[in-house]
Amino acid sequence: MNQTERHPASAPDFMPVNELRATQLSRLQRMVGRAYDHVPLFRKRMDDRGLKPADVRSLDDARRLPFTVKADLRDTYPYGLFASPMKDIVRLHASSGTTGKPIVVAYTQDDIRVWTETIMRSLAACGLHAGDIIQNAYGYGLFTGGLGAHYGAEALGATVIPISGGNTERQLMVMKDFGVTAICCTPSYFLHLIDQSQQMGIDMKKLPLRAGVFGAEPWTEGMRQRIEAESSLKAYDIYGLSEIIGPGVAIECIHQAGLHIFEDHFLAEIIDPETLELMPDGAEGELVLTTLSKQAMPMIRYRTRDITAFATDPCPCGRTIRRMRRIGRRSDDMLIIRGINVFPSQIEAALLRVEGTLPHYQIVLTREADLDQMEVQVEVTPDVFSDEVRGLEELKKKLVHSIETVTGIRAALRLVAPHTIQRSEGKAKRVIDKRKM
Amino acid sequence: MKIHQLSVFLENKPGQLREACEVLTKARINLVTLSLADTAQFGILRLIIQDWQKAKTVLEKAGCVVKVTEVLAIEVADRPGGLAQILEIVDRAGLNIEYMYAFAEKRGDRALLVFRFTDPDAALQVLQAGGINPIRTVELFSRP
Repeated sequence: MNQTERHPASAPDFMPVNELRATQLSRLQRMVGRAYDHVPLFRKRMDDRGLKPADVRSLDDARRLPFTVKADLRDTYPYGLFASPMKDIVRLHASSGTTGKPIVVAYTQDDIRVWTETIMRSLAACGLHAGDIIQNAYGYGLFTGGLGAHYGAEALGATVIPISGGNTERQLMVMKDFGVTAICCTPSYFLHLIDQSQQMGIDMKKLPLRAGVFGAEPWTEGMRQRIEAESSLKAYDIYGLSEIIGPGVAIECIHQAGLHIFEDHFLAEIIDPETLELMPDGAEGELVLTTLSKQAMPMIRYRTRDITAFATDPCPCGRTIRRMRRIGRRSDDMLIIRGINVFPSQIEAALLRVEGTLPHYQIVLTREADLDQMEVQVEVTPDVFSDEVRGLEELKKKLVHSIETVTGIRAALRLVAPHTIQRSEGKAKRVIDKRKM
Repeated sequence: MKIHQLSVFLENKPGQLREACEVLTKARINLVTLSLADTAQFGILRLIIQDWQKAKTVLEKAGCVVKVTEVLAIEVADRPGGLAQILEIVDRAGLNIEYMYAFAEKRGDRALLVFRFTDPDAALQVLQAGGINPIRTVELFSRP
């Protein structure tokens, strides 16, 4: 199939805008009614504002609805936000729970159908179709990545290899021997595969791989360039979060010019995280999402903490659903170091500017004598390893300089052995904050 | 004439050197000599090994970053001025030595030194012209 040809699954992406807005409104009204009837927390917040579901008469009225935040999911752990009885709930997923209790999310059979549809539309948007062989290296289990991608890829008619995460040598063997044409995993894990392929004598540039569907962690444009330079695939950014549905909320199309949001299922707003007011189109702010089709766990105006902006120009692909800029940072992963705001993505970009550096890094924050100290640990790779002390000192100096140029902070830099930086669920843990406030 | 040397990146923390050595022991690989360059934070372990290709493979499999470098092994008379004679030739030709270290064992009355020159090929020519013949790989590993 020609890549520019529309896949039948993508039809809703091209819906006329007025039809799309009408669909959104009728779904929003039904959703708010459902949440009001079945979720005590939501009903209380509506009542406190003197709002009834019938007050939602237009899409603009969405801004009058109360926000939902991550703490609400923790406070009502495990089942407090469910709007369906357990007999209708066919699946539970949970976040990895690195901070305290995990967050539990639920799906009815129809929710699974919607999720399958949005993943199918995501994969179709990156030019995949029946006949593709998809290696699904997202973790299967409580994490939404594995099963989410799996169902959608099968529905598309692709051949799915449910390899899950880990076991790098087997991943590479399968990728090569099975003629894999697309892979789903975190971008940092794919970089790890590239590293290891060299040792196994596999040339990633000569494989039939043509699409990588990468998500579950923020990544930079520099990382995309590196991935695409060192393998045969085009790297696509997929966005999603368990609280909303899992992966498949938004995806880049083959033009790689921002992520198309599946607006018929998810209402997107961008707000100022301080004032909570809506931002004008094109302005940067926090993404707020409302599920329009979910039954088991409707989410109203969920504050994602992800910072982005809507694209204002039309995408060459012709999709009518709106696009947002790639998410490089989250409002809550901003670090304040000696009073200066720093985002981990800035450190990543700084490291990538230095030739040959792979972005396996970690930021360790400590406080000595009341002064914040930032240490950036970078894994040494064969590309940058010099046999001479002077060469490695030179590399360190360049990295420190680059970080200082980008962030204004002079960091301590430590070169560490490969694979020493902890990776969980295939997601790279970028920041360790040991400062005691 | 040039000899292959393996360099391994080590973090400067307990156990790192042992781990690398254990990998080689398990693969029954014998070290002819080694040297360690270290700073407060990291070290570079330099190894001369007969089967360097195999050693490189097992070290990389174990997750080490390994680099192959060409060095020259030169016999030096073990008496005052032995090394000076070689350095004089090197200096006169304006060759740059990145680093050097000595083999653990002496060969009779001669010491064996490993030199890493910025330009190993140029160094080889200059030394040979000066009557100094670096040890060949075959000799290095066949000698008692």
